[in-house]
Amino acid sequence: MDKRLPIEVRWHGRGGQGVVTASRILASAALKGGYYLQSLPDFGAERSGAPIAAYTRISESPVIDRGPVYEPDAVIVLDASLIGQVDVETGLVSDGTIIVNTANPDSPALKRLRLQPDQQLWTVDASQIAIELIKRNVPNTPILGVFSRSVPVLDIDTMSHAIDELMSETFPPNIVEANLQALRLGHDQAQKIEAGVSANV
Amino acid sequence: MTTTQKQAQKPSSGIKLPPPQAINGGEAVAYAMRQINPEVVAAYPITPQTFIIEKFSEFVADGIVGTEYINVESEHAAMSACVGATAAGGRAQTATSGPGLALMYEMLWVASGMRLPIVMHLCSRSFSAPLNILCDHSDVMGMRESSWPMLIGASPQEAYDQAVVMPTIAENKQVLLPSANVLDGFTVTHSVERVEVLPDEVVKEFTGEYEPDIWALEPGSTATFGTLDANDYYFEHKRQQVEAMKNSLEVVRTQLNAVGELTGRPMNLVEEYLLDDAEVALVVLGSSEGMVRAAVDEARAEGIKVGMLRIRLFRPFPVDDVRKALEGIGAVGVLDRAIAFGTPGNALMQDLATSTRTMPDRPLLMDFVYGLGGRATPKQLFRQAVDEVFKMNESRVEPDEPAYLGLK
Repeated sequence: MDKRLPIEVRWHGRGGQGVVTASRILASAALKGGYYLQSLPDFGAERSGAPIAAYTRISESPVIDRGPVYEPDAVIVLDASLIGQVDVETGLVSDGTIIVNTANPDSPALKRLRLQPDQQLWTVDASQIAIELIKRNVPNTPILGVFSRSVPVLDIDTMSHAIDELMSETFPPNIVEANLQALRLGHDQAQKIEAGVSANV
Repeated sequence: MTTTQKQAQKPSSGIKLPPPQAINGGEAVAYAMRQINPEVVAAYPITPQTFIIEKFSEFVADGIVGTEYINVESEHAAMSACVGATAAGGRAQTATSGPGLALMYEMLWVASGMRLPIVMHLCSRSFSAPLNILCDHSDVMGMRESSWPMLIGASPQEAYDQAVVMPTIAENKQVLLPSANVLDGFTVTHSVERVEVLPDEVVKEFTGEYEPDIWALEPGSTATFGTLDANDYYFEHKRQQVEAMKNSLEVVRTQLNAVGELTGRPMNLVEEYLLDDAEVALVVLGSSEGMVRAAVDEARAEGIKVGMLRIRLFRPFPVDDVRKALEGIGAVGVLDRAIAFGTPGNALMQDLATSTRTMPDRPLLMDFVYGLGGRATPKQLFRQAVDEVFKMNESRVEPDEPAYLGLK
């Protein structure tokens, strides 16, 4: 038994940022890790730029809850401009982890997060990594790198295999390779923010 | 433990299974359709059915399935094309949701009246207006009297397993009726989960070929389909459909057992959970069963003897199986995910009331409407239903009106 499981993840982002794909990659990685999994988009009429959510569940037994995640163990925010507009931290468990894609770990947006003492905040400039390597602002694969570091359920190699397999179905090898590099860079550049102060760990 | 909670047992057939996949319910159905390789698939895209036909048309475009895929101009045309293809001797399938099913409605009856074993995958969705693309069972209930056997699954895995079994039910010579594989819109169609699939050749062998006795394009055939049948034999033809529906029940049971042997995942007409010593129970259809079971577990932990009955075979309604499962239960909460406006009871409530009315100690019944238009129904709301049914069992007074779970 893995004491960290089951875990529930809630994703926040905007249409076009790859929220649903990221959730799905995480679920595929969970399958590779030998777990039961679920990836579920929050259902609405998705439009490019509109706030959207998705959920991932990873468990050692079959997942029976097919509803929204109300009490996530981890929250992943692909667009920091959602903080304040969407209640991203709502329901986060008292020792949960929140990961935010931002260029500025000292940004006022992060200060608006109402975090409890044992909740962890991690940041990464996933958009910059994506633009540099993938040539498009799809911050989802770098943020998965942060996830594998801050929520150590699935290691970076398992995540890498899942991205390779899932993206190879639709993308040419150079795009897949760029995403794999983005994953590792996200993992390496992740910063844990201690009590509102950024600290590279 | 019920089927979906159970880890797959080793298939008694001893077949070597491909590795499990992380796919959603729609893709799981498309996967089964590829393995079945029908002669014709005719469909019109509609949310939340879209995954099925997107994936399946990819298979067609990639040349890995030999099906003639017809991208028709409407759902009425989709079902019409399936009617034509099946009458001509081919195996045909389609998929739709909510409003698409409504547009097909005329042809549902044409398909069953002509006794054409078409398979439809229905991804349940509400009816407009107001516009809503999410799950409830309004469409399911809208076709419940059209002489189609209907199976309702609870997970992507079951959507796949049922998709494999459907043609063998529809095409059975004692049945010859179009049949529906129902999967809940979004909660099953869009939920990516671990799905175990059978090898292609096993599905191919299990589903075989469609071999009709009578078909329109048979050389020398004088058969005619859907001809004028006014007041001379129309009545008799409808009476024959009654028999075909009755026959289908045992065929479904046999075929579910047969596919369960192959997969190691038993499937039954009704799935029971902790009913043996239960005093009260909830009855449910489809993918909400997980949260109902969680509510049952929670109530059990507090000493309430409650169980759950999930009805998989919705049409023909498995009256004997339901009665047997509910024997000795004092009070039952019926979970309806659609409103039957102006009727004395919503659809599942009507079925339960009719099925149990002649039981010597029939359980008291209470109706709950939940989850309309995709409203999430978490465990606490089903727990609330358990408590209300428990109270009814003590007071022994049945309410006239349904309760509405999670209504703002």
